[in-house]
Amino acid sequence: MGKTVAEKIFEAHLVNEPFPGTKVLKLDVVLCHEITTPIAIDDLIRRDKDRVFDPSKIKAVIDHVTPSKDSKTATQAKILRDWARRHDIKDFFDIGANGVCHALFPEKGFIRPGYTVIMGDSHTCTHGAFGAFAAGIGTTDLEVGILKGVCAFRQPKTIRFNVNGQLPKGVYAKDVILHIIGRIGVNGATDRVMEFHGSTIAAMTMESRMTLCNMAIEAGGTSGICMPDATTVEYLWPFISGEFASKEAALADYSKWTADADAAYDQVIEIDVSTLQPVVTFGYKPDQTKFVSDMPESPVDQVYLGSCTNGRIEDLRIAAGILKGRKIAPTVRGILSPATPKVQQQAMHEGLIDIFMEAGFCVTNPTCGACLGMSNGVLAEGEVCASTTNRNFMGRMGKGGMVHLMSPATAAASAIEGKIADPRKYL
Amino acid sequence: MKTFGGPVLFLDRSDINTDEIIPAKYLTEITKEDLKPYILEDLKLPGFDPKGPKTKNARVVLSRANFGCGSSREHAPWVFEVNGITAVIAESFARIFRQNMFNCGMAAIELPKADLDLLFTHAGDADAAMSIDIESGTLTMSGGGKQKTFGFEISPFDKALVTAGGWVDYADQNY
Repeated sequence: MGKTVAEKIFEAHLVNEPFPGTKVLKLDVVLCHEITTPIAIDDLIRRDKDRVFDPSKIKAVIDHVTPSKDSKTATQAKILRDWARRHDIKDFFDIGANGVCHALFPEKGFIRPGYTVIMGDSHTCTHGAFGAFAAGIGTTDLEVGILKGVCAFRQPKTIRFNVNGQLPKGVYAKDVILHIIGRIGVNGATDRVMEFHGSTIAAMTMESRMTLCNMAIEAGGTSGICMPDATTVEYLWPFISGEFASKEAALADYSKWTADADAAYDQVIEIDVSTLQPVVTFGYKPDQTKFVSDMPESPVDQVYLGSCTNGRIEDLRIAAGILKGRKIAPTVRGILSPATPKVQQQAMHEGLIDIFMEAGFCVTNPTCGACLGMSNGVLAEGEVCASTTNRNFMGRMGKGGMVHLMSPATAAASAIEGKIADPRKYL
Repeated sequence: MKTFGGPVLFLDRSDINTDEIIPAKYLTEITKEDLKPYILEDLKLPGFDPKGPKTKNARVVLSRANFGCGSSREHAPWVFEVNGITAVIAESFARIFRQNMFNCGMAAIELPKADLDLLFTHAGDADAAMSIDIESGTLTMSGGGKQKTFGFEISPFDKALVTAGGWVDYADQNY
């Protein structure tokens, strides 16, 4: 019997099985940010266990609220900063070099096929785009990961998604994943890995694959996983060229982290994207989705472009392509948070920042900020935001506020019209 | 090992998420105790008051499917813990929330929908209370002059975490 990617990664990283059904895995990378890590650090200190298993395998960033907005967030940042210095964690990213964790860490080449990755953040599933097993965990699991370099998991079953067809104009990875979540529901993949296959995925950039895997958790999924291929190798090449004689050699090595043809799946779901349209959420759960063309007239107060889902250069290019030479509606506040300094600088070089600013957008520094209503764009009671983020829970971006999730293209079109709008007429 | 059982808070809806349990704006608190006033602040349910006596007195939460979905924030179990709630009973849980509960030495217990339907018939009882025995895997619901016992299963690992009082000490001793 063949194996799924998760089964192969579990087998290669297994430390032991302390109880039937529970597998303790060795971790390749432990990622940290300033919201969930400081309490872990504080607890380790109180237990007299202020140690790290391997400083080279721990990566840390201040991203949720940066620059700090008040004394409390300044304290969280300081705890993380002091800890990184104390333990000689070299891959620590602070003001000037910091960005949204799930965009920054892949950009630095920290995630490789076959890796086990944890972080105290539910959108850690993003990193499965590289053929890794990447799972969000809580602070206690993070604490043990920092201390011991291990984490316990139930062996997850896998749902295989065969995604085929050419994406129509104006339809992107975000629309595909919203469509999938709408189809299987917010707990459709609970305790399951979502393995993505098919011609649509093979044609996607790494950025698009990250968008896709980012939202696995919104269906309850433990990790999204894409098969490592030539696109993966090309993205990672600046970081791995010293390890492999050629790209072909890297690809041959990484191909061991692809699923076997005869692997056993919990479910196999076929998705044909060739007739897909731009998708948007209409309620307070990510599975409440509609085609934009089926939405009733829906005015918005704010349009937010950014986040670990859609704050990468590809996303900015798509949105800028629509906004070029146009103005956003006078009733709309447009906010762009490029996901990383590299994305921001690249956007500046390409003239994208000019396009956004001339259209009427405010451009902030890279941060998670508004996505979870912490800073840089919190909604007031009764306000509505068209957003490229991943979560539309009631009050997510501010108490009493409503969020519609959509692609960068749909968000840009919505900014122009002041209401949820179909991007295809601008393409 | 923590103690389990007492007055029950009935939250009769599926997909109650971590933002409803503890909104993100409070994630800037550094201590668990500071989270205490904000329990379930953004949860909107008919007749539910996050600041009311039923919330204050509760030791057990009873809910429906996919409880604790959304964020990985362990602040969700913590805000229950500092308010004296050490067990959540539901039809199913989001993976991270469930693991966070056991990692803190608390209990996230799954029951079939039919059992939950019976338990929810006590929602109107002022004296609704539950006793929970982790060792034998049984819970007894009482209220309105009636009493009924249900069996449940938790994995051997989760049981070990509850017994050990959490994952940090267990892991440091064993890995």
